[in-house]
Amino acid sequence: MSGRIGRDDVAHVAALARLELDDAEIDHFTRHLARILEHAADIDELDLDDVPPTYHPVGLRNVLRDDIVESTLDPAEVLAAAPDAEDGRFRVPPILGEAP
Amino acid sequence: MTDPFPTAVAIAAAVRSGERSASDFLEAHLARIEQREGELHVFNLVTAEVARARAADIDDRVAAGEDAGPLAGVPLALKDNMCTRGVATTCSSRILDGWEPPYTATVVERAAAAGAVLVGKTNLDEFAMGSSTENSAFGPTRNPHDPSRVPGGSSGGSAAAVAAGFAAVSLGSDTGGSIRQPASLCGVVGVKPTYGRVSRYGLVAFASSLDQIGPMSHTVADSALVLDVIGGHDPRDSTSIPEPPTPLLDVVDRGVDGLRVGIVRELALAVEPDVAGRLVAAADALAAAGAIVDEVTVPAAVYGLTAYYLIAPAEASSNLARYDGVRYGIRVPADDTTQMMSRTRAEGFGDEVKARIMLGTFALSAGYYDAFYGKAQKVRTLVRRDFATAYERFDALLGPTSPSVAFELGAKSDPLEMYRCDTCTVPSSLAGDAAMSVPFGTGREGMPVGVQVMAPALGEPVMFRVAGALEAANRG
Repeated sequence: MSGRIGRDDVAHVAALARLELDDAEIDHFTRHLARILEHAADIDELDLDDVPPTYHPVGLRNVLRDDIVESTLDPAEVLAAAPDAEDGRFRVPPILGEAP
Repeated sequence: MTDPFPTAVAIAAAVRSGERSASDFLEAHLARIEQREGELHVFNLVTAEVARARAADIDDRVAAGEDAGPLAGVPLALKDNMCTRGVATTCSSRILDGWEPPYTATVVERAAAAGAVLVGKTNLDEFAMGSSTENSAFGPTRNPHDPSRVPGGSSGGSAAAVAAGFAAVSLGSDTGGSIRQPASLCGVVGVKPTYGRVSRYGLVAFASSLDQIGPMSHTVADSALVLDVIGGHDPRDSTSIPEPPTPLLDVVDRGVDGLRVGIVRELALAVEPDVAGRLVAAADALAAAGAIVDEVTVPAAVYGLTAYYLIAPAEASSNLARYDGVRYGIRVPADDTTQMMSRTRAEGFGDEVKARIMLGTFALSAGYYDAFYGKAQKVRTLVRRDFATAYERFDALLGPTSPSVAFELGAKSDPLEMYRCDTCTVPSSLAGDAAMSVPFGTGREGMPVGVQVMAPALGEPVMFRVAGALEAANRG
């Protein structure tokens, strides 16, 4: 298995995964993940070159149905569960910052 | 601890014939909840009043001469990662605080239509990630056989609910052993059906290529009864198998005469001596009942744990991206959306969930994909191949369920030690096969031990025959 995981890797994946971590947490998770990946090196001894991957236990294929409107979720009920909503839509803080 | 509680088969028969009311059975279960729930913390929510109304309704229907269904009046506990419309569904996570789903899981609809009475939502490791039910945001569940020990996990609440007589049957979910391992530790039956046999619609996703819902119960027949009700095709789950399943309740007591059963060598070697001893006893019992028993090797099984702990976190990292503070659950306010999401997820998820999201993100990230996720998927192929070879010679396989009996709370602080609890259960999960745990006596300190019966995909009929024979032998 190529290399151990370091603090920088953990900080990077935390940012990718949208998890705000402080320095102590980064240290903690670096140890945790390194421990798991150390064990995961056991599969390095296998010759896997000619083995195809299995992504799913059943052969995945498109499952289609006729384009008929069926019962759908009630928008009001769905929006009632949201932290913030406005005019029938989910409301979030600014994404691109203030308009110039 | 003896098992004095009525079975689901007995309850449904008594309720349907009018011999004893659903309300009467329910009150007996609620009384036990009242007595021990404070000590065990099995439930995130007990739905006593709704259950009482429901039981009364079933009794009215019986009185009016209607058929109240195959699960008439059977108290059912539901793992709290299955959606119930208008009833809080937490996944034992702070991030879903206050969420009431706008729809109901297919399994819950089917169980309710068959007459089951939902008594509550059971505790679990947060988002089903764990093997002890200690990773719950609401505190651990304790083992009814010895409250200083864990019930196993992640369906620890559902296993304990049955073991403590809080419900006659329960539903759990199994991604890498989360039904079978707690069933073993709590001395109950637990079934992971073939992938695709039970609809996942309304099950909060953890690792979608592995997740499967299944029953937990006092007896093999009870699990067959429940699986007959909840199984079968569901157009709302595109991975559900279209072919109608074979009914199982009738096959349980058909015996194992002439069936070929292989003892999986790699798994037998992976467990503590008391557990290994029970496996030998189970093999002897099957041979005495007429099965042809021999040892079999599934070499790739020893690599199953590594493949599982790369694949499941990878899928989880994608599935759990939806908890972003936008559509449901909690939100930690911030000045921009990215910061809001990062703070919400930091606040809402527990450490184990964060660790698995990051492990999965890492395994899928550029530069590491081939070395981790790609390799794990190839190992998954080897596991499937080795099982397929074994099933050419054997109708079913036998192994241990858990490497040890239930351990003390706090005993496994090293994450790898906790992950090793799943050693014997992940191989069948990776293959998408059927597998179940059946109680077979006790090990160290009198704690329950389960043995695992495995069968190829859609091999539930032969699996339940073997399980039925083991149960009969265990009862003597």
